[in-house]
Amino acid sequence: MFAWIKPFRQGHNISLIIAFMVLSPFTHALEVSTKVGISTYLFQHEPLYSEQHRQQWSVLAEPEFYHSWNNDLDSIIFKPYARVDQHDKERTHFDIRELMWLHVGTEWELRTGIGKVFWGVNEANHLVDIINQDDQVDDISGDPKLGQAMINLSLIRDWGIIDFFILPGFRERTFSGAEGRLRGPLPIDTDHAEYESSREEKHIDFALRWSYTFDDYDMGLYYFRGTNRDPGFLLRESPKGESNLIPYYDQIDQFGLDFQATLEAWLWKLEILHRKDEFDHFAAVSGGLEYTFVGVMDSVTDLGVIMEYSWDERDDPRLSQFQNDLMLGARFAFNDAQSTEILAGLVQDLDYSELRSFQIEASRRLGDDWKLNLALRLFSDHELNPISNDDHLQLTLEKYF
Amino acid sequence: MKLIQSAQFALPFLLFSALAMAGDAEDKGLEIAKQRKAHDKGWGDSQAKMIMILRNKNGRESQRNIRIKSLEMENDGDKGLTIFDRPRDVKGTAFLSFSHSLGNDDQWLYLPALKRVKRISSKNKSGPFMGSEFAYEDLSSFEIEKYSYKYLSDEKCGELNCYKVENKPLYKHSGYTKIISWLDDQEYRVHKTEYYDRKGSLLKTLSFKGYQQYKNKYWRADQYMMLNHQTGKSTQLTWSDYKFSVGLTAKDFNKNVLKRIR
Repeated sequence: MFAWIKPFRQGHNISLIIAFMVLSPFTHALEVSTKVGISTYLFQHEPLYSEQHRQQWSVLAEPEFYHSWNNDLDSIIFKPYARVDQHDKERTHFDIRELMWLHVGTEWELRTGIGKVFWGVNEANHLVDIINQDDQVDDISGDPKLGQAMINLSLIRDWGIIDFFILPGFRERTFSGAEGRLRGPLPIDTDHAEYESSREEKHIDFALRWSYTFDDYDMGLYYFRGTNRDPGFLLRESPKGESNLIPYYDQIDQFGLDFQATLEAWLWKLEILHRKDEFDHFAAVSGGLEYTFVGVMDSVTDLGVIMEYSWDERDDPRLSQFQNDLMLGARFAFNDAQSTEILAGLVQDLDYSELRSFQIEASRRLGDDWKLNLALRLFSDHELNPISNDDHLQLTLEKYF
Repeated sequence: MKLIQSAQFALPFLLFSALAMAGDAEDKGLEIAKQRKAHDKGWGDSQAKMIMILRNKNGRESQRNIRIKSLEMENDGDKGLTIFDRPRDVKGTAFLSFSHSLGNDDQWLYLPALKRVKRISSKNKSGPFMGSEFAYEDLSSFEIEKYSYKYLSDEKCGELNCYKVENKPLYKHSGYTKIISWLDDQEYRVHKTEYYDRKGSLLKTLSFKGYQQYKNKYWRADQYMMLNHQTGKSTQLTWSDYKFSVGLTAKDFNKNVLKRIR
């Protein structure tokens, strides 16, 4: 089940990557760079709910300010983000993606501030990634994350890297508002979220991770204790008598493992988690492989073939969209001057044969400083998928300064 | 002590006679390769900037700005860290590589927008680097064990006399059947290289210009020009700010560094 399609990450080829910024010739001066963009959703079907629209435009801006001193052993980065949406008041939002002071010691690094951390190896199901909350209203690809406040100490040793995290200030997941598409029949009232912890969003979370590379194998193991990033939902009646869904965030203890073997053209990937939440404890697994054909048909194009399987012990597609699902994907990296890439994937639920989704993501640089991104997402018509009416094409044009 | 001194004294003669006497083209080719490696041994660590200009056959250009940090490894391939500054949409992307003489290289890619470090397959040796006419294997460190050798002839290269040597890759996943290099007999610098594709046809020619000497020993060319004869496309690399002995160690080439590189 895939109420929101999970992300396909950017490709393995260097030329495909999205980032931004300007190199300043002066290391000690303030480096400023900016990404701005204009984006539209074109929906194939008329909306189901009267407040919604067939087309939805938005603009976004993400400047970045960077300053380093002490021979680059100290640095500060500040990266705010804003999107203004034509219709959806929830999607018009501002976030501090990063505001981080980094100090580099001889065998340690200390990060203090707001930032983003990614853990995991899979493309479709980011099972073990937990530090940052999804900025789901921004983009259902799953890539955008809300900035998380943290103190992170990394110890770099021969036997691996140990990371300690203290995470104050929980971030609630963002959801489409009443006028936005890509939502279920009941709007989610993010202003009245409820928590298991009496400290609510002020609960201080904690994580400890060990990661290690041995030969062709990269692995990581962590323990997380704190507020669940995945909310449950409570049905509540508003004072006006309307039904609303209220996000509910419980406390969890979670162990996570990620592993990748890189053997010639094969990538073997595995993520496992065990979570104890308020009501239950369960395991979930996601793993698979990717095989790359280098230079197909005498061209310079690389073709990657991806297969990933996901399973969740709770066996309930309403709790995990990847309870028993298979993803088949193909990645084309054209290795051209414009860094053109196409990634296509089909996610099929193995319990409900009519439940599936298909997605194509493509990107291409235009000139030196522009980038065009295209995403096509198609959903099968199924009662377990609340956004199955929202097949769409998403076009984004970005300019980098 | 005396024994050691005499051994040192004898070494240049041994090398000289090996070169002069080798009746066998393979032996002579290998000896030139050993000389090439010996002339560059001990450079330690370095960093440099590179501007890469891609030109298609209509003359349309696009530019990449890159910084490279390198660490020489004893008895193994070198370690390299490549940081992308332009185009702006890939700014902050970093590529970490531990090359090995014959085994697969270890390669990681850092994607700054996702904050994700990805281990990537090293089968892409023959694939284009950043959409350029350079393949990954063209830019990896020279190791004796990577090729079999055959001395072909002596040829003039500018003012100098060059050895023309054929190298056949012994490592897996190369895009080439053979590589022909011209090395001068003074400093064993490569002046020109021809790459032959899997069908045996001439694919690319790489020319080196503007050799500069660093630390009174190590020669580096300022300019590489790669021309693809089959597509008409070319890529020009211009190096600058070469610095040696900047104090880089293995600690500057681990996975964690990728996440904070600027």
